[in-house]
Amino acid sequence: MWKTILRRLLIIIPEIIALSILVFLLAKAMPGDPFTGSINPHASLAHIHHLMRINGLYDPWYQQYWNWVVHLFHGNLGMSYEYQEPVTRIVGERAINTLWLAVFATVMTYAIGLPVGLYAGRHQNSRSDHAIRIYTYVTLSVPFFVVLVLGLWIFGYMLGWFPTTGSINTNAAPGMGSVISRIQHIVLPGLLQAFFSLTGIVQYLRSEVIDATHSDYVRTARSKGVPVRDVFRHHIFRNSLLPITATAGYAITGLLGGSVFTETIFSYPGMGLLFVSAINYRDYTVITALVLLFGFLNMLGTLLSDIIMAAVDPRIRIE
Amino acid sequence: MSLIEVKDLEVHYPIRSGFWNRVTDEVLAVDGISLDIEAGETYGLVGESGSGKSTTGKSIVGLEKPTKGQILYKGKDITKPRNRHELDYNQDVQMIFQDSLSSLNPRKRIEDIIAEPLRNFAHLSKDDEKLRVLQLLDIVGLDADALYKYPHQFSGGQRQRIGVARAVATNPKLIVADEPVSALDLSVQAQVLNFMKKIQRDFGVSYLFISHDLGVVRHMCDNIAIMHRGRIVEIGTRDDIYNHPMHIYTKRLLSAIPETSVEHREEAREHREAVEKEFQENQDRYYDKDGKVLPLIAVTDTHKVAMPQDEVDELQREDD
Amino acid sequence: MADEENHFLKIEDVSTAFKIQGKYYPAVSDVSLDIHNDEIVAIVGESGCGKSTLATTIMGLHDPAETKIGGKIEFEGQDLLTLNEDQMNKIRGAKIGMIFQDPLSALNPLKRIGDQIQEGLDYHTKMTEAEKKARVLELVNQVGIPHPERVIRQFPHELSGGMRQRVVIAIAIACKPDLMIADEPTTALDVTIQAQILDLLKDIQKENHAGIILITHDLGVVAETADEVAVMYAGQVVEKGSAKQIFDNPLHPYTRSLLRSMPQKDSENDDLYVIEGSVPSLQKMPQDGCKFAPRIPWVPASEHEAHPTMHEVEPGHRVRCTCYKNFKFQDEA
Repeated sequence: MWKTILRRLLIIIPEIIALSILVFLLAKAMPGDPFTGSINPHASLAHIHHLMRINGLYDPWYQQYWNWVVHLFHGNLGMSYEYQEPVTRIVGERAINTLWLAVFATVMTYAIGLPVGLYAGRHQNSRSDHAIRIYTYVTLSVPFFVVLVLGLWIFGYMLGWFPTTGSINTNAAPGMGSVISRIQHIVLPGLLQAFFSLTGIVQYLRSEVIDATHSDYVRTARSKGVPVRDVFRHHIFRNSLLPITATAGYAITGLLGGSVFTETIFSYPGMGLLFVSAINYRDYTVITALVLLFGFLNMLGTLLSDIIMAAVDPRIRIE
Repeated sequence: MSLIEVKDLEVHYPIRSGFWNRVTDEVLAVDGISLDIEAGETYGLVGESGSGKSTTGKSIVGLEKPTKGQILYKGKDITKPRNRHELDYNQDVQMIFQDSLSSLNPRKRIEDIIAEPLRNFAHLSKDDEKLRVLQLLDIVGLDADALYKYPHQFSGGQRQRIGVARAVATNPKLIVADEPVSALDLSVQAQVLNFMKKIQRDFGVSYLFISHDLGVVRHMCDNIAIMHRGRIVEIGTRDDIYNHPMHIYTKRLLSAIPETSVEHREEAREHREAVEKEFQENQDRYYDKDGKVLPLIAVTDTHKVAMPQDEVDELQREDD
Repeated sequence: MADEENHFLKIEDVSTAFKIQGKYYPAVSDVSLDIHNDEIVAIVGESGCGKSTLATTIMGLHDPAETKIGGKIEFEGQDLLTLNEDQMNKIRGAKIGMIFQDPLSALNPLKRIGDQIQEGLDYHTKMTEAEKKARVLELVNQVGIPHPERVIRQFPHELSGGMRQRVVIAIAIACKPDLMIADEPTTALDVTIQAQILDLLKDIQKENHAGIILITHDLGVVAETADEVAVMYAGQVVEKGSAKQIFDNPLHPYTRSLLRSMPQKDSENDDLYVIEGSVPSLQKMPQDGCKFAPRIPWVPASEHEAHPTMHEVEPGHRVRCTCYKNFKFQDEA
């Protein structure tokens, strides 16, 4: 098993190289340049050409790519054109913000989604099951950003229960004060995000439970004289939760990806927002760094999911 | 010349392992079998699960790539794709599957399912095509109103007949039927088997009839090969196999068929247990030290068995 | 045959109807059967005849919201149909064990073999953990699985089909039930394995003095194993009697048709007999009269009873309807 994991990790290396070249070329292929918008509008074309040249943007692409790779290995992802700060620092700050929000949202998603999904499957066609189904249909048919905007308007502006922008109050006292402020900032977007993403879990789990209820091994258990309550506990729930645990691998890597919608609407300075603005401003260094990071996390997530699956399901072996 | 000659066919599946995921071992699904199928006959291929009988069938249709050996049709080796194309082999050899529900596309109407091989090979006009499909439905005893229905609207037996109609569409020379009636009820099985026989009488098609059911095989097949562990343990005519079985594995299979006579059930069980005991205890007489089936030895012109020569001689003396 | 007092499962006029789009349709109607100790009763019929439904009705495994069950199932002095869920749970697994068709799907893929066999003991006995473990090993041994110590720690997918079916049998006999219901126990298995499993079932039955209800579509299996046979068609028992009576002197047109459609020795040059028409679906089943009448259209209506009942032809041998009396196949003059 360890051999396989090591092999899978090694395979990630060429994948990352291929991905980085692709990302690098795509970033280069985008029209526009990083300077026109950010310097004195009266600057001459010649001056912009000069800036492009000294920043190496006229070198052949492989030259630029090579420079970038060399820097990468020194832990230097370059300077952000937009913020004039090292990319690593910007990404690091945003990653922490996103992590706060995402951990909260994910925990809420599973904490609510698992019991609700199990309940809906167990009490199929009950009144609560119908209510849950209506809820899942609504969340599937209403666009996410509409819900976010509505939530922001109702709970943020009208009721004023939660802050509406940012990730922390700059005037918050250090220590506990800043932690409390951070939490205040993530509750509303986190809950809204959770309420949206738990739909998938609820629906999936519900149908898994219903399938398992009609399976032959459940009939076997019942014909042993196991009471229905225990059949659910020992057979159905356990077997139904299994496929969900495998998605945990992806969920963990998704934590750092950030949500473009949530972060944009709540002006929450996280990875999603950073990514959108980097694209808008042609902040190449940031774009390449982010895409590379997301790509790496994705590959890691797939591996992680496979490992979890092999750990919990005896039928699957990593060999 | 036989319609199809299978020569020393082998199909291996690689087992990969280790850090570099290299092939470290092989499963010998089919481990060197030879058989000749004559035009217009039904050839039975019998064995238990894992014996390699389905893999052999798939290789003959071209769904499985043999590792070694040849399959000769009109004197050419059709394991090479170029020869298959040249001889219209894919048109001449068709297949019927065990599970009629999963082998028919659920989103296609019966008309399109049956017409599919026609469209691939025959290129008829729209009217001619429809006429031919109706004719095919009639051959398997289904009405014209079946045309516009979908597979799930039929019973298992009707679906299997649709599978037969599709296989017959291109006037094939050989139909490989892999457990065609195993999933069917007795009375429905009888109907499908009757249609298969009728089609053979009317069109002279050959069948390779793959089955584990020795009762059905006896009813259907002229020549029979018994497979075990990827090889043939015994091969011969129906009479050779059912009335003069020689290999212990053949005897074991035959003794396991339930008979519909209530009186002799205790004797049947005793006989079965005696055969089973001999099978367990005398492995080394019938299999080599690696558990492989021995090479075939001719007993008569039609009958071959995988046993040492001296054993064969002894059994023959007993027989006389 | 065994005397009337000795039977320990008495099924009387049992009907099971399923709700389909708001209406109830009977899958089993008016079935009466007696099962005795030390006896194998085969229920034989083709798919959709109601034989499996009857089994699950005895076990009480139907969803009461979707099914309507009538009649009486007397088992060791009580009517199973009047028991509540808790009372039924004391009988399932303890007094009645069930064996299912497909041993792979009948076992929980994520639980170890030993735990699945032990589960019944957990609910029905007061054994200590050590005693249960010993009993599980004993059971695995009894059903003829080699290396019991290793097998109890394995998962279902690690065993062959035949071994899995032995596990399913071990589960069913864990608490030495008086009655075993085996629903197509060998259909998913190879012939040689089938013979071994049937022999095993017979041996266990002799050892435990249990009664077995063997549900199957395979007439060969019935002839090899059954003492008593009930032939079912369209939810009803159409003929019952000893195995010898049924196979040596089949009377009902359906029984005779089934036997005739089997491939026989020396039948290779003939067509097999095919029963006309097909089994109607639940919703289209004729509610009254002889249900087999549409499959033998050449028999005049006067031969059938208006409300077919079982007629005792010889001691223990009963046939439904009167159409058997002058029945001839079409090709018989």
